[in-house]
Amino acid sequence: MTVARRNALATGLRRGTVILVLLALVIFFSLTSDRFLQGRNLVNIAVQNAHVIVVAVGMTMVMLMGGIDLSVGSVAALAGAISAGLIARDGWAVGTAMAAGLALGFIAGLTNGVLIVYGKLPPFVATLAMLGVARGFTLVYTEGRPISGMGDAYTFWSRGEIGPIPAPLVVWVVIVALVWLLLTRTRFGLHIYAIGGNEETARLAGVPVNRVKLLTFGLSGFLAALAGILLTARVFSAQPQAGAGLELDAIAASVLGGVSLFGGVGGIPGTAVGALLVGTLGNGMNLLRVASYPQQVIQGAVLVMAVAVDMYAKRLERG
Amino acid sequence: MTTATAARERGFEWRPFFQRYGLLLSFGLLCLFLTLASDRFLTGDNLLNILRQSAINGIISVGMMMVILTRGIDLSVGSVLALATVVAADGLRWGWAPLPALALCLAIGGALGLINGLLVSRVRIPPFIATLGMMTLARGLALSYTEGQPITGLGEGFRQIGTGYLGPIPMPIIVAGLVFLGGYVLFNHTTLGRYIFALGDNERTAFLTGLPVKQITMFVYAASGALAALAGTILIARLNSAQPSAGEGFEFDAIAAVVVGGTSFEGGEGTLLGTLIGVLIIAVLNNGLNLLDVPSFYQSVVKGAVIALALLLHRAIR
Amino acid sequence: MSTQPLLHMTHISKSFPGVQALSGVELTVERGEILALVGENGAGKSTLMRILNGVFAPDSGQILWNGQPVTLHSPHDAQRLGISMIHQELALIPYLDVGKNIYLGREPTGSLPGTINWSKLYAQARQQLDCLGLDIDPRRQVRFLPLAQQQMVEVAKALSLDARLIVMDEPTSSLTEREVETLFQQIRALRAQGVSVIYISHRLEEVFAIADRVAVLRDGSLVGCKPVADLTPEQVIRMMVGRELSQVYEKGDEASAGDVVLAVEHLSREGAIQDVTFRLHAGEILGVAGLVGAGRTELAETLFGVHPATSGTIRLNGQEVTIQRPAQAIRSGIALVPEDRKAAGLFLRMNVATNIVMALFGRLARWGIIPWARVEQIAGDFVERLDIRTPSLQQRVRNLSGGNQQKVVIARWLTLEPEVLILDEPTRGIDVGAKAEIYRLMHQLAGRGVGILMISSELPEILGVSDRVLVMREGRLVGEFDPRTATQDDLMSAATGSGDSGRNGQ
Repeated sequence: MTVARRNALATGLRRGTVILVLLALVIFFSLTSDRFLQGRNLVNIAVQNAHVIVVAVGMTMVMLMGGIDLSVGSVAALAGAISAGLIARDGWAVGTAMAAGLALGFIAGLTNGVLIVYGKLPPFVATLAMLGVARGFTLVYTEGRPISGMGDAYTFWSRGEIGPIPAPLVVWVVIVALVWLLLTRTRFGLHIYAIGGNEETARLAGVPVNRVKLLTFGLSGFLAALAGILLTARVFSAQPQAGAGLELDAIAASVLGGVSLFGGVGGIPGTAVGALLVGTLGNGMNLLRVASYPQQVIQGAVLVMAVAVDMYAKRLERG
Repeated sequence: MTTATAARERGFEWRPFFQRYGLLLSFGLLCLFLTLASDRFLTGDNLLNILRQSAINGIISVGMMMVILTRGIDLSVGSVLALATVVAADGLRWGWAPLPALALCLAIGGALGLINGLLVSRVRIPPFIATLGMMTLARGLALSYTEGQPITGLGEGFRQIGTGYLGPIPMPIIVAGLVFLGGYVLFNHTTLGRYIFALGDNERTAFLTGLPVKQITMFVYAASGALAALAGTILIARLNSAQPSAGEGFEFDAIAAVVVGGTSFEGGEGTLLGTLIGVLIIAVLNNGLNLLDVPSFYQSVVKGAVIALALLLHRAIR
Repeated sequence: MSTQPLLHMTHISKSFPGVQALSGVELTVERGEILALVGENGAGKSTLMRILNGVFAPDSGQILWNGQPVTLHSPHDAQRLGISMIHQELALIPYLDVGKNIYLGREPTGSLPGTINWSKLYAQARQQLDCLGLDIDPRRQVRFLPLAQQQMVEVAKALSLDARLIVMDEPTSSLTEREVETLFQQIRALRAQGVSVIYISHRLEEVFAIADRVAVLRDGSLVGCKPVADLTPEQVIRMMVGRELSQVYEKGDEASAGDVVLAVEHLSREGAIQDVTFRLHAGEILGVAGLVGAGRTELAETLFGVHPATSGTIRLNGQEVTIQRPAQAIRSGIALVPEDRKAAGLFLRMNVATNIVMALFGRLARWGIIPWARVEQIAGDFVERLDIRTPSLQQRVRNLSGGNQQKVVIARWLTLEPEVLILDEPTRGIDVGAKAEIYRLMHQLAGRGVGILMISSELPEILGVSDRVLVMREGRLVGEFDPRTATQDDLMSAATGSGDSGRNGQ
C-alpha cells in the first residue's frame, strides 16, 4: 500500500468508525425494539448522557495533549457529594454549593497537573492515585450513605427545562460548543494540539507547556465536577459509588470519536458523537432488557476494540 | 567513584544508605509507632492476623511485580480474581472435588491473563488500557455469571486452603510463602527470570539479543492472572463464599506494595524482598488503621497518598 | 569603508569528556552569502552549529553578530537575534496545518484576548509562502506535504521569524533532483533578499552548485575557507580527509581468508537498501564505508533480521537462510554489535556477568535453571580474554567506561561463536588505547575464521584495519576497493558521488 493510501485509510478509520458504528447500532436497535426510534426515547438518550458527554469533553482535552485522566469518575462523585452535602447538611444556597463543588473539581485537576508537571509523575499514575484519594474522601464525607434533600433548584438540572429544551441538554450543548470554540479558536486550544503533536517542538516555539498542562488538567477536573453535579441531580441523591467507571466511558467516547491515545489528533464533535454512541448502546441494551452485568462486559469490549482500531490506524501511519 | 569518596570524607553518605535501608527503616518506624499507639498491636494473635491478611495481597503482588518489571501494569487482577473464583465456586457447588476446582480457578486466571498478554504483545495495546478493558470485562462476566448473587457452601475440603494449618502455621501463609519462594527461584535462578529483568531494562537490546520478547510478555501477564486466581481461592476458602464483587481495589493494594517495595515503573529494577516488605507495610498500615478505629473509608486516601509519596521519594533518592 | 560580517565566530573551542570536539574554529558569514560547511562525520559541524543555535556555550571563544559580541543561552536567544536552524529531522507538527506550524507561539490575536485571528494568520502565512514562490495551501496539514515542501515550510517559518541567517542541515537528503533544483532557486532568492545561509551537506556537487564559499572542518579545526570558484572538488575532499594513517591500525596476517561464509545477492529493503550484492570470506575483515544515511546500518539490520529484506537472498556457507527476526539470524550464526551500545546493546542496570552471558542462558540452562557457577566462569573467561576492566563481575555495566562497555557487548556475541560478526561503528566514542585493543580482538577473531563486516565512518580506520572495503551511497553498493592501494580520497569520492567512483582493485 502506498504511503498516501495508508494515511487516508488511517484517517478514514479514525473518523469513520464512530459514525458507522452509531449508524449500525441505530439500525440494529430500531429493528429489534419498537420503542427505540420513538421521539421520547431519543430525547432520553440525549438527556441522560449529559454527564458522560461533559466528562468526555474534558477527557478529550487531556488526551489531545497527550495525557490521560483516570480520576474523573471519583472527582465527579466527590463534587456531587460535597455540593449535595453543603445544601442538605449545612444549609448552603444551591448556587454557592454547586460553585464549591466545581471549584473542588478544578483544584483536584490542578493537583493532578502539579504532580505531573513538577513531580514528573506519568499522567496515569498521578491520576490513578487521585482516583483513590478522591473516592476515599467521597466515602468519608458521605459516610458510605447517599445524601439527598438538595431541593428543587438543584434537581432542576435534571428535570427542568430551559424554554422547550431539557436543562441537561442545554448544559452539554453549551459545554460542547464552548470547548469546541476553545480548541479551535484560541491560542490555548492550538497549544494543546501542539503539545500533543510534538512537545519539544512546541516548547521550542515558545508555547508555555507547563501552564497549558496545568490548566488542561484543571479543566478536566472542573468538567468532571460538573458531570458529577448533573449525575447527582439526575438520581436525586449523591451516591458514594457514583461515577465508578465513568473514566472508561469517557476514554471510550473519545477514542471512538477519533481522539488518538497518543495525542495531537481528534476533536470535540467526534467525542460528542462517541459519547452519544456509548449512551445509545446503553439505552438500546436496556430496551432489549439486557442485564446490567452483561452490559458492562460489552462496554469493556467496545473500549478495547476502539483502542485496537486506533493502534491499527497509528501503525498504518507509521508505515 | 569520586562522589562517593568525597562523601566518605564528609562522614556519612546518606543517599546510598537510604537506597538500601530506607524501606526497612520505614517499616520499622511504622511498627514502632503502632506499638506505642496501641497496646493490641504487638500481640501474637494480631501479628499472626497481619501475616494472614497480607498473604492474599502478597500472592497478587508477586504477579504484579513481574508485570511492572517489564514496564507494564495489570489493573485487572481484582476482577480476574472475582471471575475465576465464582466459576470455581460454582463447580464446587456442583460437587467438584477441591483439586479440580482449584485447577479450574488457576486455569481461568491464567487464560484471562494470557489474553491481556496477547493484547499487549501482539496487538500492541498499552498495558493499562488492555488491562483496564479486561478489568471491566471480567467484572461484568462475573456479575453476569452469578446474576449478582454470592455462591456459598464450598465444602470442608476446599476450605482447608483458607482455614487449615500446617503445623502451627496457617495455610494462607504457607501458600504465600511458597509463591514468594517460587518467585525467588524464578528471578534468581532461571533464564525466564533474567529475561523478565532484561526486557524491562531495555526492550530493544532484548529483541536484538534474540530474546523471545512476545512470549516473555505473555508469560508475565498469564502469571499475574493465575496468581490473582490463586489468591482468590484463599479468599473464598476463608469466607466460604465467592462474591462477584470480590477483589475490588485489590489491584491498588498490589501496585502500592510493589511500588513501595522499590520496583520501578520504568521496569528492570526491583527485589522480591522489597515487595515482601511493601506487602507487610500495606498490611500493617491496614491493621493499624483498624486498631486505631479509623473509619475504613480513609484507607483509600491513605493508600493513594502512599503510592504518590513512594514514587516521589524514589525519584528523589535516585 | 568596511562593513561588518553578519556573523563572526572566533576561537571557538569545545570539549566533551574524552574528546576535543572543536579547537580554535573561526567562521565568518557575510550578509547575503551562502556558505557551505563540510566535513566528515565527527568533524565538529553539528557541535559548531549547536553552539551557534544556543544549545550550549563554547568553552572559549566569541560570537559576534553584526560586530557586537553576543551570548546565547538558548535557542530562543539565537532566534531573537535572527538565527534559524532547520534540522535534518524536520521539527514540524504533522497534524497541524502549514499556517499553524509557521506561527505557533506567535499567533496573531483575534477580537477577544486569547483567541486567534485566523484570517490574519493564514494571510500572513500565504505571504511568507509567496515570498518564496511556493504554491502551498497554508490550510493543508503538514503531514500531507511531500518532504521537499515540508522543508520549505520550515524555511518560511524561519523567515517569519525575521531570520537573517538560516542554517540548513542536510536539506536535500530526501529530495528528488527536481526538488533540489527548486530548493536552490529558493535559496538564491533568499540570498537576493540579503538573507545568509549556512548550507551543511555531504554532497559536494550540490555545494559547488549553490555555495559562494566553502568552509572545511576536520577533527575539530577549520582547515580552510575559500570561495568555491577557487577550489576543485578533489581539493575539498583532500582538505576534509587529509590525515596520516596512524600506527594504531595494524594489519592482520596476510590473506588468511578462506571460503565464502556469507553470500548476499540482490538484497533489497524498500526505502533502505537496493540491490546489494557482495561476498564475505571466513577470516576476512570487510570494511563498509559511506556517509551517514548511506544505508550501511540498514544493511546490517537487514542481514540481522531487525527489518527483514523485501527481496534478494542471503546464503550462509552456501545454504540459503531466511532471516525475519534477530533470533533467526543468531541461530544461523550471525551476530550484530549495534551502533548505539547504550540504547540497543547493553542492559545498563544489569551486571557484567549477566550482560555477557545473556545470549547464552538458553543454551546453558538445565530445565530453565541457571548454573551460576558456570556463568561466572564463562563471564570471567571472557573478561580476561578481552581484557575488560571492571572491579568485579557484579559491577553494573553502566558504570564502565565506553571502551569496556563495548567490549562487554562484543563479548556477549562471542559467547555464541558466530560465523559472521557485524560491527556497526565499533570504536565510536572510545579512546585510542581501547580502540587498539578492539582492533587486536578483531584480528584475532579473523585469524580464527570468523567473517567480520565492519561499518565505520572513520576512513583511516577502514583503510587501516580492513582486508577489503565496500562503499555505500544512498542504499546501494557503489564501490569496492583494495585498502592497500586505495586512498581516503578515493573512498570519499565514491561516498559523495563526486569525481569518478568506480570499481577499482578487486
